Amino acid sequence: MTTQAMIESDTFQAAFEALDTQSPLHELRSKGFERFRELGFPTRRDEEWRYTNIKPITTTTFKPASGSITKESITPYTLSDTSCHQMVFVNGRFAAELSDVGTLEAGVRLESIATISESSFDMIAPHLGSCAEIEREVFTALNTAFIEDGLFLLVPRDVDLEKPVHVIFITTLGSAAVVTHPRILIVAEENSRATIIETYGSDGDGVCLTNPVTEIIVGENAIIDHYKIEQESEEAYHISSLNVRQHRSSNVTSHNYSFGGRLVRNNLNCALDDEGCEATFNGLTIGHGRQHVDNYLRIDHNKPNCNSWEYYKTVLDDQSRGVFCGRIYVAPDAQKTDAKQTSMNLLLSEEASITTMPQLDIFADDVKCTHGATIGQIEESQLFYLQSRGIDKVAAKTLLIYAFANETIAEIKIEELRTRLERVLLDRLPRGELLQGGL
Amino acid sequence: MTMLEIRNLHASIEGKEILKGIDLVVNAGEVHSIMGPNGSGKSTLARVLAGEACYEVTEGEILFKGKNLLDLEPDERAREGVFMAFQYPVEVPGVSTKYFLKASVNAMRKHRGLDELDAFDFLELIKEKLKLVHMDESLLDRAVNEGFSGGEKKRAEIFQMAMLDPCLGVLDETDSGLDIDALRIVAEGVNKLRGPDRSFILITHYQRLLNYVVPDFVHVLLDGRIVRSGGKELALELEENGYSFINGEINEPVSV
Amino acid sequence: MSSTTTSDPIDQWEQTDEYKWGFVTDIESDTLPPGLNEDVVKAISAKKNEPDWLLQWRLEAYRNWLTMTEPNWQNLEYNKIDFQAISYYSAPKSDADRPKSLDEVDPKLLETYEKLGIPLEERAILAGVAVDAVFDSVSVATTFKDKLHEVGIIFCPFSEAVQEHPELVRKYLGSIVPPNDNFFAALNSAVFTDGSFVFIPKGVKCPMELSTYFRINAISTGQFERTLIIAEEGSHVSYLEGCTAPMRDENQLHAAVVELIAMKDATIKYSTIQNWYPGNAEGVGGIYNFVTKRGKCAGDNSRISWTQVETGSAITWKYPSCILQGDNSIGEFYSVALTNHHQKADTGTKMIHIGKNTKSYIISKGISAGVGRNTYRGQVKVLKQATNSRNFTQCDSMLMGDKCSAHTFPYIEVANSSSHIEHEATTSKIGEDQIFYCNQRGISTEDAISMIINGFCKEVFAELPMEFAVEAKKLLEVSLEGSVG
Repeated sequence: MTTQAMIESDTFQAAFEALDTQSPLHELRSKGFERFRELGFPTRRDEEWRYTNIKPITTTTFKPASGSITKESITPYTLSDTSCHQMVFVNGRFAAELSDVGTLEAGVRLESIATISESSFDMIAPHLGSCAEIEREVFTALNTAFIEDGLFLLVPRDVDLEKPVHVIFITTLGSAAVVTHPRILIVAEENSRATIIETYGSDGDGVCLTNPVTEIIVGENAIIDHYKIEQESEEAYHISSLNVRQHRSSNVTSHNYSFGGRLVRNNLNCALDDEGCEATFNGLTIGHGRQHVDNYLRIDHNKPNCNSWEYYKTVLDDQSRGVFCGRIYVAPDAQKTDAKQTSMNLLLSEEASITTMPQLDIFADDVKCTHGATIGQIEESQLFYLQSRGIDKVAAKTLLIYAFANETIAEIKIEELRTRLERVLLDRLPRGELLQGGL
Repeated sequence: MTMLEIRNLHASIEGKEILKGIDLVVNAGEVHSIMGPNGSGKSTLARVLAGEACYEVTEGEILFKGKNLLDLEPDERAREGVFMAFQYPVEVPGVSTKYFLKASVNAMRKHRGLDELDAFDFLELIKEKLKLVHMDESLLDRAVNEGFSGGEKKRAEIFQMAMLDPCLGVLDETDSGLDIDALRIVAEGVNKLRGPDRSFILITHYQRLLNYVVPDFVHVLLDGRIVRSGGKELALELEENGYSFINGEINEPVSV
Repeated sequence: MSSTTTSDPIDQWEQTDEYKWGFVTDIESDTLPPGLNEDVVKAISAKKNEPDWLLQWRLEAYRNWLTMTEPNWQNLEYNKIDFQAISYYSAPKSDADRPKSLDEVDPKLLETYEKLGIPLEERAILAGVAVDAVFDSVSVATTFKDKLHEVGIIFCPFSEAVQEHPELVRKYLGSIVPPNDNFFAALNSAVFTDGSFVFIPKGVKCPMELSTYFRINAISTGQFERTLIIAEEGSHVSYLEGCTAPMRDENQLHAAVVELIAMKDATIKYSTIQNWYPGNAEGVGGIYNFVTKRGKCAGDNSRISWTQVETGSAITWKYPSCILQGDNSIGEFYSVALTNHHQKADTGTKMIHIGKNTKSYIISKGISAGVGRNTYRGQVKVLKQATNSRNFTQCDSMLMGDKCSAHTFPYIEVANSSSHIEHEATTSKIGEDQIFYCNQRGISTEDAISMIINGFCKEVFAELPMEFAVEAKKLLEVSLEGSVG
């Protein structure tokens, strides 16, 4: 660890020492903290962080977030009460008064981690930390050191969770930089089904570090639909990690939408640990201003006959920067793997830049792996065609960007969410209002 | 002369028995048609003759011009003169058809103790044989079967057969998926290749091809066994009554 | 998989007595003892009778090297090299130590030459037979040299260029690959012994491929080779390096540096066939080939094209790159890398787009067999001012057998909105159905594989000069013998 990093982590030392050592989570936290001290913060010399400079994070002193909010502050992020099971966390802590869990199917557990770790720690102990990699990822280690609260969802065998679970993490922002380490643990037992939406938002303006870690353990034949929507303040630092472990014939779809944040890094790890798994990873990043968004995927094909698809789109305007790294690893005996990786990027300004690394790491021979990447701009010929039909240039541009980006939103199965994100997308386009309600 | 003799052939794939005792004798110059519904084992028979590795012969033997065919590798069988027109001709990206055929023709010639053809003679041969199937030479500059239409693929198979001059042509549902014009061209090609020293096995689901290529014998394959054999009129009988009438018959002991 | 002792002629050769007695010589007075320090660098420079500026340049490179650490790349492990165990200067072997004629050379090696179609007179040279025993080769070389001299082309050993054309060497040496560029480039800069120097004057189109001559010339260039090619405005040159024949070499580490400079409207085409000793089938021995190759399209409308066929060496680590500085300049990289047995190839390119309307093409074909490991690592970087730039990348991998591996690590960085990048990659194996289809047409499995491989590589072979393309095809066939079936 560099001396600089030593000093920075000392600010976390005090926060760590302030935690309750009597908590059943203490042992896990200690492991996380120890690993965090060992690893230290990465620099751009580390291959995995070559294109994302986290110096703004390591040179800021963060205080634990605190404070409360009113119901109005969360309305930009909510879906109607009846359409989902809503769990709201304010500054990392469960806010029962803002949440509406509703009626759950028999045997389903949907609770805050703080609650369940006090009442039935045995239920989460075998799973918590079982697929989030503290060895490799320092921010996951940091999150683990500070696990206090978050979401726990257990869907028992053969149960179809009909309504989606919507979990909203809101941080109240002000003059001081604050940090939260939300944790999400989802256990989907054999032949179960669930949909989870994670939304990240801010109340007010200011600097924060949001460092969430999600673990999803997907049992045999289970189906998981996962959505993550980043809509925080444009001064927010957001480093997330999604960790999925799939068992036989399970099916996981991840949708990852980045609209907010100043510096966003999403680590997405998926281990296909048994035969017949399907994994789909879709992503959309819309960057403007000085936003920096880095999506770092790794899919491990550990067993034969699994399929994976990565489909990531990025639209960058102003001085925003994007990074995409998709790594597909195919283990020696993972024959009949079918993996496809696509990274499509649209640059709207001379100042915007993108780095894309669609990588294949293949040790088996009977596989079908392809990747493709394109970086381009709006086709002049298409623009001209639209203009020749009387549409002004700005509107034509908006229309074409919308067409490019909306493909990933159009696939959202939850209608209310789809409509909401379409609106968010249009709000970000130069003349989005032209298209509001009219496509 | 006996070209091909199949004795009590049993073959299976992944442990599942498909052919359950086939007996068949094909003499030089004869055209045999093997008909049967889907799943009866017709294509398996073709593929076992050609030697595809995924089929396991569990019992019986195949003699080709007196040699034990089962002892030979697929390419050795081809060089001995067994040609199979594939039901789904395989695409070989990056390898031009011309180059592929030259390698193939010369492998055959070498085996027969003939000199390899030089580029000039080879092109002459191509031109001559292309006429048989009304194919354009430009098709041969493309990679093997890549981007060919279904009809083009089947015609290319017949063209290859003409180039390679085999003793036994096994056509595995070459007629399937063809429009009537393509079917005529394919049939015409086969008819021109008929001769006293060459035999054919036409594997087909429908009788239609047999309007153009008239077989000497027709065999009906059902559930891995030949359940009836007869002359060309058997095909017409099948056309009229379908396979179901035979289905009814096989409950009775059948003598072939 | 064929047995190891019969499939690899080099391996065979190593075990013969001729090798042991013929090539291990007593320490001659003209060979420096192993080890590296400033005195060694000074000694090399002195032996070459170099001017002081070059000595100072070497010393600076050496001091830089001392502060650098050996690169530690993902996907590339090898036994650490003991740099103090290497002798950094060895005078060319005296003829007395070489085989006197082809009769003394291992027949297996000659058989390989035969298979590859190497001309008879070259076989002897490649096998290390004393040069003056070879029919007329010296005069052949002289003839070429005269012809080139007529049009003003300078083509000579690097050490000769230092003596004859010091102003050109001083101006361009290290201008593309600075001495502190990377660990191995720094080492090369400190201790390089020889290599080639090419200067094509303004408007001259080099009348021949610089190939055959090079083959003869290249024998004793040693392990730290230095090549510098300068193409003046409007000139054109095609340069061929290496040879399909397995070349005898005792040096384990090869760290060459190649620098190309293309001025306005100039074209440089640089082709490599690399077939050094890959080690035996168990992965013992073999060359470490750690090369820095870089070209600069300095002038507008210039073009640099790298073509490589890499079948040899235990480990290959090279990324021939293009700096596209001139507007409308073009950089190309066509590569076939084959790894069999325990070979590892980590290769690719860097295309740095600086000028406007610059274009780059990357076609990379990796073939892995045995337990070979094949990695494409490439970077396409489009700077902000490189407006309207284009890149097309296609990198395909083919796998034969279930113990080999293929890896693709592209880095694509774009900093303006008017450029267009396309990247495609596929990984496939030689399919059983394709082989069966070929078998059914009487083509043996081995022939079918070589046919499919040649089809797979044809876009790259098309970039090679005709005679080289034929040799390259044969080379792949020989290298893959016994890999499948």
